[in-house]
Amino acid sequence: MMKRTKDNLKRIAQDFYLVMIMVFLYAPIATLMVLSFSNSKSRTQWGGFTLRWYGEMFESATIMNALQNTLVIAFASALFATIIGTAAAIAISAMKPLPKTVIMGITNIPMLNADIVTGISLMLAFIAFGISLGFQTILIAHITFNIPYVILSVMPKLKQTNKSVYEAALDLGASPIYAFFKVVFPDILPGVLSGFLLAFTMSLDDFIITHFTKGAGINTLSTLIYSEVRRGIKPSMYALSTIIFVTVLVLLIITNFAPHKRQEGR
Amino acid sequence: MSKKLLSGPYLVWMVGFTVIPLLLIVYYGLTDRTGAFTLANIISITTAEHAKALWLSLGLSFVSTLICLVLAYPLAMILRKRGIGKGSFVVFIFILPMWMNFLLRTLAWQTLLERNGVINGILSSLHLPTQSLINTPGAIVLGMVYNFLPFMVLPIYNVLCKIDDNTINAAQDLGANFWQTLVLIWFPLSVPGIISGITMVFVPALTTFVISNLLGGSKILLIGNVIEQEFTRGSNWHLGSGLSLVLMVFILASMALIAKYDKNGEGSAF
Amino acid sequence: MKKNSFGMILALALGSCAVLGGCGGKGGNSGSQGDAGEVYVYNWGEYIDEEVISMFEEETGIKVIYDMFETNEDMYPVIEAGGRTYDVVCPSDYMIQKMVENNMLAEINFENVPNVSQIDPLYMERSKSFDPENKYSVPYCWGTVGILYNTSMVAPEDVPTRWSDLWDEKFNGEILMQDSVRDAFMVALKSLGHSMNSTDEAELLEAKDLLIRQKPLVQAYVIDQVRDKMIGGEAAVGVIYSGEMLYIQEEVAAQGLAYDLEYVIPQEGTNVWIDSWVIPSNAKNKENAEAWINFLCRPEIAKMNFEYITYATPNKGAFDLLDEELQNNKALFPDIESLDNCEVFQYLGDEVDSIYNDLWKEVKSN
Repeated sequence: MMKRTKDNLKRIAQDFYLVMIMVFLYAPIATLMVLSFSNSKSRTQWGGFTLRWYGEMFESATIMNALQNTLVIAFASALFATIIGTAAAIAISAMKPLPKTVIMGITNIPMLNADIVTGISLMLAFIAFGISLGFQTILIAHITFNIPYVILSVMPKLKQTNKSVYEAALDLGASPIYAFFKVVFPDILPGVLSGFLLAFTMSLDDFIITHFTKGAGINTLSTLIYSEVRRGIKPSMYALSTIIFVTVLVLLIITNFAPHKRQEGR
Repeated sequence: MSKKLLSGPYLVWMVGFTVIPLLLIVYYGLTDRTGAFTLANIISITTAEHAKALWLSLGLSFVSTLICLVLAYPLAMILRKRGIGKGSFVVFIFILPMWMNFLLRTLAWQTLLERNGVINGILSSLHLPTQSLINTPGAIVLGMVYNFLPFMVLPIYNVLCKIDDNTINAAQDLGANFWQTLVLIWFPLSVPGIISGITMVFVPALTTFVISNLLGGSKILLIGNVIEQEFTRGSNWHLGSGLSLVLMVFILASMALIAKYDKNGEGSAF
Repeated sequence: MKKNSFGMILALALGSCAVLGGCGGKGGNSGSQGDAGEVYVYNWGEYIDEEVISMFEEETGIKVIYDMFETNEDMYPVIEAGGRTYDVVCPSDYMIQKMVENNMLAEINFENVPNVSQIDPLYMERSKSFDPENKYSVPYCWGTVGILYNTSMVAPEDVPTRWSDLWDEKFNGEILMQDSVRDAFMVALKSLGHSMNSTDEAELLEAKDLLIRQKPLVQAYVIDQVRDKMIGGEAAVGVIYSGEMLYIQEEVAAQGLAYDLEYVIPQEGTNVWIDSWVIPSNAKNKENAEAWINFLCRPEIAKMNFEYITYATPNKGAFDLLDEELQNNKALFPDIESLDNCEVFQYLGDEVDSIYNDLWKEVKSN
């Protein structure tokens, strides 16, 4: 009896803790969502309910273009980074300690530099190489800072894979590629996917590096939002963020609670 | 042999877009406006303002990292216990806020913390005294914790999920109480996760400048602000590069210190 | 689990791209892409009525590639590095001088810009402080810097009239200062009676000490947020650009606030700033850039832009088209006499710039 009460209390305390963290994480987001319906440009005052920012958002060619650029760059850079990064992680894990340390050190550089340093140094490098700044340079820059996230996600999974299974497959006559995709790849897939997801997110959120590496007339949502700071951010930006957020949330709920029987396993 | 070839594209990429740009920064950091070699940019870290800014940044990032760790560890344990971590649902819950633009999120915190903001509105409607929350070091720490908490939760959660339930049960069967299990079993087994969490929180917290501008009212000068201002307003890239190099040394040193405890070479990021 | 999470991530990434991206794409290259070529425009964010861009494209057949920057300092390295070239840019006074001195600007061929006659000669005269022969720039917007105060938080007898009032203990924790070197030093230098373009080290040190003394009274150093914070009643006084006034007055009225926000130009004089159009020397479509400037100088167009941006226009023709009420708005269009002590920022050279920066760092880290 005592034990049960104690367990119950513990459960309640844990639930409370979870809820508090969720409130902390989502309070600013709820604020933005509320502001997107406010009939006032002010960030502090509620001006009555309106949907006009949503209307303005869909009508603005600038915002829609920026949205498209943002998504295309995020998707493409995450994809390339995932392919290059996964291949690199496999190679690195097979290396001797010294080259491994050196390469992992270089891998960490984009994560260690202040963004503004990465951004300006990339801009200087592009100019030195004679690559004209444009869509492609944003893409290259994003791939560059995304690769480390992929490698850091894949490496630990690779370490957990059992080498002997792969060797056994080879002994049984499987080609290295076939053996890799049949044996190793399924094991590291969760790492590959979370690397992809993280890369996608980082690309969505980046401003400074994009600012210095973008070409004329190309905007992502971040650069657009920052350019509005001087004259006041238009609430259509809040509206757009709300839509992105709700879209992802709905998709997340659908995929997570879809009726199909899912395999357990942790 | 063939495996090593796989790193080819990556190596080419890294040399082109990481090493060469880095060398450009080194070049700028070690020259002055006329292009002559100098160590002045590096040495300038010892001037009172720069040293103080660096010291403050180290302090605030350390506190933020610690708070993140203290918040994240029990959270990861609860999540693991509840089995909420099926699929990547849990990953999404923590990554989802980042799909709202960083600047917008931080501005939203301003709306919450301001003198006439949401939190003080709630307090005064409960007849509690209002607090001055914004433009304090505390607000900067809050901003850092908010923005970087997911980077602490995810690696720890990931590594906890790999711990075998049997290990825990065995310890408890042998009479270990909760704290003993925590210190003797949980912590040692989750070191890689903790380390990558610390790295991924500490480093961005050390270099940030937007958070201290927006939530600290720019009254507190961090090393990130100094570097940013040298690159933009001050337009002295040489000094900015020199200070970045110093900052990198600090980051590498603290990482090396941490890595001593990471026996496996590298932590599991995700 | 693996299958499940794979499906989820793929579905999310693809799904969000498809759902959200589906709404994209329709926008973009609006207007007719004529044979008249292109013009690459680099302007402040929200600094033009977008309608004007399409009108320009329709009338001239020149396609506009429009781009925005946040600060002069963000813009400068982009133009300097030359990685992307723009045909026409809109920097502020001191930055124009810096660009002139570094040979980054091309002389404007005013034969292609006949509408420059619409610009009030007064502003061409003021422009001479950074563009001595009026060769490189055409004024677009101008304004002053002053003190904004909240009528319910500042008693009538305490209304600030001088910069030195910002050192008054009464305003402890109620002051919003500008978070930029030159603006902050302008306040201190002017209150000491020096020039805001001072290069005298003793004067600068004096100003620095003054700013350090002020720091405990300051609530925050901000740039663009003075406006929103003042509207929200966060502080009693703030240093602000006059261009925000029309927006502030409209917002105060629209939100039915219990207080008013009033604007004062301090007696010691202040900074008169001018944002002007210039053509970088590496521009590829110089004639189109001149057509762009000429178009913006047309009174009706300048009036449209004024109504959208609400920063004061130097365009005489546009000013004459405005309502009398706006013409008499002293915050926007102050009397010329009250600008007697005012100056325009000048570029003081890299050396002096770094002195300013070092002193400012001292203030901020104190």
